[in-house]
Order: sequence, then structure tokens, then C-alpha cells
Amino acid sequence: MNAVTITNTAAAAAGSMGFRRVLGAYLAEARSECLRYMRNPGFMLPITLFPTMFYLLFGIVMNHAAGPDVARYLLVSYGVFGVMSPGLFGFGISLALERDGGLLTYKRALPMPPGAYLLGKMLMAMLAAAAVILLLLAMSVGMAHLAITLRQASLLLLLGVLGVVPFCALGMLVGTLIKGQGAPGVLNLIYLPMSFLSGLWIPMNLLPKALQQMAPVWPSFHLHELGLVALGVQQGNIAGHVLALLGYTVVFLVIAARRLRRYG
Amino acid sequence: MNTTSDVVARLSGAVKRYGQLTALDGVDLVLHRGELLAVLGPNGAGKSTSISLLLGLIRPDGGRVELFGRDPQQIEARRRIGVMLQTAMLPLTLRVGELLRLVASYYPNPRPLQESAALAGVTDLLQRPYGKLSGGQQRRVQFALALCGRPELVFLDEPTVGMDIDARQKLWAAMRSLVAEGCSVVLTTHYLEEAEALAQRVVVMGKGRVLSEGTVDALRAQVPLTRIRCVSDIDASTVANWPQVASAERDGARLRISTHAAENVLRRLLAADETLSELEVQRAGLADVFTELTRDEPALEQEAA
Repeated sequence: MNAVTITNTAAAAAGSMGFRRVLGAYLAEARSECLRYMRNPGFMLPITLFPTMFYLLFGIVMNHAAGPDVARYLLVSYGVFGVMSPGLFGFGISLALERDGGLLTYKRALPMPPGAYLLGKMLMAMLAAAAVILLLLAMSVGMAHLAITLRQASLLLLLGVLGVVPFCALGMLVGTLIKGQGAPGVLNLIYLPMSFLSGLWIPMNLLPKALQQMAPVWPSFHLHELGLVALGVQQGNIAGHVLALLGYTVVFLVIAARRLRRYG
Repeated sequence: MNTTSDVVARLSGAVKRYGQLTALDGVDLVLHRGELLAVLGPNGAGKSTSISLLLGLIRPDGGRVELFGRDPQQIEARRRIGVMLQTAMLPLTLRVGELLRLVASYYPNPRPLQESAALAGVTDLLQRPYGKLSGGQQRRVQFALALCGRPELVFLDEPTVGMDIDARQKLWAAMRSLVAEGCSVVLTTHYLEEAEALAQRVVVMGKGRVLSEGTVDALRAQVPLTRIRCVSDIDASTVANWPQVASAERDGARLRISTHAAENVLRRLLAADETLSELEVQRAGLADVFTELTRDEPALEQEAA
């Protein structure tokens, strides 16, 4: 016991830290980030309620006579709609508020391992996205009696968990551009029109031609297409969509990281 | 005693500009192991900028910043410090114990949770969500977070704002025990009695420069020791020319005099004006020193120019 204390003190004197303790710091950060948002109904309720209510209303109640492909299509649409919000809002609003409230400054002054703050938020957004997808899956199977294989369900879940990342990056970018209370408004101005324009509310083929051609501009469009492939609604080349989402993630991240480094 | 290894943090000729505004204009500041240094100054004096430089939150435009002989932006340097900032909004839904565990996880050899809690007097708050605490309780939790990593140097920015007298006394005791452990403390405060009660050394800043530096006693010795206030119609400029009067000025019906020899001046004052009333005599505290130093600032600048 004594020997351990002495080596620890020696390590502390140099300010170095073992790998396991650094890993522990990342885990503690992620755990805190998840806990604080799971406990915040102002965050969790809109994120889970909006997609589930919309799906219930427009996907199940108003479409109960439609074919299985339409039902699957709608599940993917509202799934993507539901996945976007933990990324955009979880990252965007919290970053904007925490830059304003001084939490980010505090964390930068502390010896928090680099990136732990953002990784923690990302993990939290992934968990929230998973929760939304699981809720929608349960509704689709339990209430709409959608025939869906376990493999399809797992793919959709995986897609939701990974698909939240580009929206985290976009939310982070907005969070670095806007400080404080202005962020929710701006994020809604991105979230709602983008959902509409990428065919999440009204199927793509019912949208005007010009909007259809513009759709590949939106990251949500690509996630939607991937979801449709995952559920077997359509066939297609997924590489392009994956690359597009990766590209968006990298671009948003790079700009956001540069801004964050410069302005804090 | 003054070897380089004794220095835990240092600003040398630090310059920081924000556009046209020069926030720091060549500041030298040295902090030794185990000392409590109070940094005083009016708003905009450059206190926060100095602290931000030492914490690695901003980069200097000129000069050098060292924390344990390293760049403060290196995490190895920051693993040896604890921080209590003035405006940190901590996550409201996390419990106190959870916050302590989180911050302690950043450090190589943190204190046990109970020890940190006991030192800061938050043992009874561990299960409470941070958002449900009073302002004073939140400050105590922030103090616990500052010391939980067993730091060698703690930065405390206005630590006792919003605390009642009892809580403030407890925090002072905790700061003293930190210093007794060999920890260095940098304290910025608006409460001059706090600096008076705690600090071994005081630095007074104004307009981005160090105006004065020394022990509390040395600082106090720099300026008139006593202030006299009374209602009187004696001409202030007359009084100002009396021997042993440092300054005299009129504030409405009141006359304000600073002096090194209050007894002599009072005797003469009472003799000169029989109608004199509402007499107050007060020994100058650090507050007067502070006012004096920061008021002399334009004069200093003229001399420099």
C-alpha cells in the first residue's frame, strides 16, 4: 500500500498519468454526460416524443391500410427524423450554452483528457438515437404489425447509432457559431426544413422536381436512403451515401474544431 | 528559498491585446511553492487575463507564461493545478458526489472523495443535485472540485462571492489548511479583508500592469494610515496644506482627510472649527491602500510618459 502511494506521488509530481486512469477519465466524462442529459426531461422528452408522436400519427394511424413497403418507408423516415435531433440538439444547444455559461472554459482549464468532452457528448447522442430507434421499432412491430426481420431491425439500429454522428458534427458547428439562447431557434431552422426537404415528412417523389434534385445536398437524405436499403425497401449502391455522410462529418468537424480552438 | 525549482508559476513580461485594448501590458508575476498570493484590482485591471494565461485558456501576445516550468496548455502541467472559476455553470442535474468523482478522474493521484468533501465542508451535500443547491453551497462544491485532484497549485477566482459569513470563515480555514499542506494558492478577490486575512503576498493590478507587490503590511505602509471624515466648512485646500496631511478633499458638506498623524490633525481641526460635526476616524485598511494605488494610476502613467 505504501509503495503504491509513493509511486503514485512520484507520477503525480511529473504530471504524468497511467493509461488506465486516462481511460477512466474518458469513461467518467462519458458517464456524466449521459447521466446529466438522461435526467433532463427538457432534453429527453422532445427528442423521444416528436418522432414517436409523428410516427404514431402519420405512420401508423393514417397509413394503416397501406402496404408493407410504405410502412417500412415511414419507419425509416421517422427514424431518421428521430436520429437527427439528439445529434443536432444534444451537441448544438449544449455546446452553445456551455460556451456561454463558462463550463467549457472550466473544462479547458482542468486537466480533462483532450476530446473527452466531445466524445462524451457523442456517446450520449448515440444512446439517445438508439433509444429513439428502439421506440419506433417497438411501435412498428407492436402497433403496425410490421413484418421486419431481426437483421433489418439491427441494421436500422446500427444505422441510427452511427448516423447520428454527422448531425453531431453539424450541431457542434452551430454550437460554435452561436452562443447561448439563440441556438435552439437556429437549430430548428436547420432541423425542420432539412427534414422536409429530404423527404422525411412527405415522400420524395411527391416533392417538386427542383427539391428532388436538390435533396442530395442534405445529409439526412443520404441517411434516409441508407435506411431504405437496410429495410429492403429499395436496392442501391450504399457506398456513395456512406461517403457523403463521412464527408459532411469531416467538413463540419474541421470547421467547428478550428473555431473552437480559436474562440473557445 | 528563491531557487527556480521553488517557482510554481510565472508570468514574465506578459502582454495580451484584444484588438485596440491592451489587457496586459508587460506583467511579471512569480508564484512560489506553498504561498498564498492575492491578486487585487478593479474590474478590467487584468486579473482575469493573467489567470487565463496561467491556465492556458489564452495565449500571450508577448512575454512568457510558465506553469511548473511548462507551457500551461500541456496537460501534464494542468494535472498539478486545481481551479475554481467565477462563472462556471456546472451541470445542474449531476449530484455533488458525481461531479467530484468526474473531476477527480482527470488527475493522476486524486484525494479520496470523502476527504475532498470534508475539506470543503460538502459531506452532507454529496447526494444532492448541484442545481438544487444554494449559491453559497455551489461555491463550496466548486472549491471541493478545485482541491479534489490533490493539486500543488490552486486558482481561486472570487471564491467567497455569495457566501454568508460563516461559510466564508470555513472556506478561509480550508484555504489555510491547503497552504499548510504545501499547496500554493492564487486568490483573486473583491473582499480586501479576505486578502488581509489570508495572503502572504498581495499583488495590486491596474490597467494591465502590476502597480504594487508585497506583504499586506508593506502595502499598508505605503499609504496614509488614517482617514478622517467630518461635516465642516473649513476650506479643503487650507487643510491640505497643514503639516502631516496627505490629502484633503471636499465631498458635499463633508471634508475627507488622509493623514499619517491623526491625533495632531484632529486637534487642529477641532480648534479651527467649533461647529464641526459627525466626526469619523478610521484606520486605513487594505481598501484605502487599494483605492490610493489605483487612483494614482493616471499620475503614474504621466510619469512614465
